[in-house]
Amino acid sequence: MGRLDGKVAFITGVARGQGRSHALRLAQEGADIIGIDICEAVPTNDIPPATEEDMAETVRQVEALDRRIIATKADVRDYAAVKAAVDAGVAELGRLDIVAANAGIAGTPNKAEELPDLDWETMVDINLTGVWRSCKAAIPHLRAAGGGAIIITSSTAGLNAYPNLAHYVSAKHGVVGLMRTLALELAPDMIRVNSVHPTTVDTDMIQNDTIYELFAPDLEPEQRTREAIAERFMTLNALPIPWVEAVDISNAVLFLASDEARYITGVALPVDAGQTTK
Amino acid sequence: MGRVEGKVAFITGAARGQGRSHALRLAQEGADIIAIDIAESLPGMDRYYEGATEEDLAETVRQVEALDRRIVARKADVRDYAGMKAALDEGVAELGHVDIVSANAGVFAFGDKTQDVTDEEWQLVTDINQTGVWHTAKAVIPHLIEQDTGGSIIITSSTAGLKGTPNVAAYTASKHAVVGIMRTLALELAPHRVRVNTVHPTGVATDMILNEATFRLFMPDVEHPTKEEAAPIFETTNALPVPWVEPIDISNAVLFLASDEARYITGNELKVDAGYTIK
Repeated sequence: MGRLDGKVAFITGVARGQGRSHALRLAQEGADIIGIDICEAVPTNDIPPATEEDMAETVRQVEALDRRIIATKADVRDYAAVKAAVDAGVAELGRLDIVAANAGIAGTPNKAEELPDLDWETMVDINLTGVWRSCKAAIPHLRAAGGGAIIITSSTAGLNAYPNLAHYVSAKHGVVGLMRTLALELAPDMIRVNSVHPTTVDTDMIQNDTIYELFAPDLEPEQRTREAIAERFMTLNALPIPWVEAVDISNAVLFLASDEARYITGVALPVDAGQTTK
Repeated sequence: MGRVEGKVAFITGAARGQGRSHALRLAQEGADIIAIDIAESLPGMDRYYEGATEEDLAETVRQVEALDRRIVARKADVRDYAGMKAALDEGVAELGHVDIVSANAGVFAFGDKTQDVTDEEWQLVTDINQTGVWHTAKAVIPHLIEQDTGGSIIITSSTAGLKGTPNVAAYTASKHAVVGIMRTLALELAPHRVRVNTVHPTGVATDMILNEATFRLFMPDVEHPTKEEAAPIFETTNALPVPWVEPIDISNAVLFLASDEARYITGNELKVDAGYTIK
């Protein structure tokens, strides 16, 4: 008996990284999946984008677990597309119980005063407004199911500040306000809303030259190895680890999504190896 | 395969209520249990609710054993460091190790304005709810460090550990204090891969709050308020439309924090409060 048997989860940014991990972990526990991903490059975001092949791989892995998945190429900046994908998924899978608003970008680090408008606007449009749009599209379906759980992926940067990430820090703080507001608005409908706050997670979003330069500006590019960066990241955490794995965030999402957390709402849950306590 | 299979959990206040529920939930998921409880009524507390009994503790033992797990249960008081340490050490000797700590023992005294709380009551609440948690940590940490296999300490705080609660000064102060203990321990023990977190329940349906004295805190003008009369008033304190949560809801949070699914979660205050603190 899975911890989410009979439930359906809507996951944004599902093609790879944490989003794929969430899809697999929730599917392992019995959930069917409605997934979306932009599967293409975003201006101002340096790292190689997720691809349609990535999303096909998520589909393959969920189906290998004998669960159903409806995956659609859709951009959280496009409300109509998000809503169409959710509606079609619910039409096919019958209901919606869980939302993992996971889609996000890291952007390009810069001082606040030097950030181009496009960088700020793209960041806010995806990491904050995209979460609002995802929730907005899902809420009527959650209400129809008689309750549910929304889990918003914030960051330690949703609780702490980090220099050169004003756009990211602002958007990740913003979703905490959205989470708290939704928790109050949706409580009468037994829809719970919480956020998770990962420290660095070992995915493409941090394992790239842009992030390496941000954390090791003093090293020559060729010295910025995974091992060298690990030492830098380790100093941020209280536990002696450089980063966590995607499955650690998925396990927190699973807990918050499950009936074991049936009375947990309005919570900002760090999965941060003690970073925000330090 | 249970989610805490092969682990041993030390639980204080295990005779009934949340403590018993934690013992059963962790045992269901494969843990053996070291349980302590004062198992007697405390002077001055009987005006609020009755204390746990030795029969209660024996019932916890019976129920854990019915799950085919082992349990070492001792009558011990968290105010008495030597007594509780001896109980823990006996449990570790018998069960081999200790991996999970649920510092759950606590008392709830309430009703007086802060300036009217007696010295005796302030001291009792502080000794049990605050110093008792420190004693628990102090007794167990050497085992965790020596074992060098990590570990998870979960301290039971309260919504009153995050927000003020009028006429509940000593309890509110003690529940805030354990957040400070938790954060300090999280940093001190991180190098040993021992994680430390708090849980913050809203009202939980146990003897601690389901009693006439507590109901009167919410309905000061009613002479003999009932559970049915109290429920809608309790409900107004929460965002979700529930008057209180069940012990199992706190146990599920403790289980999550105790398990390897939370292997990198430390230094957190996890609210199980139906939205009480955001309202």
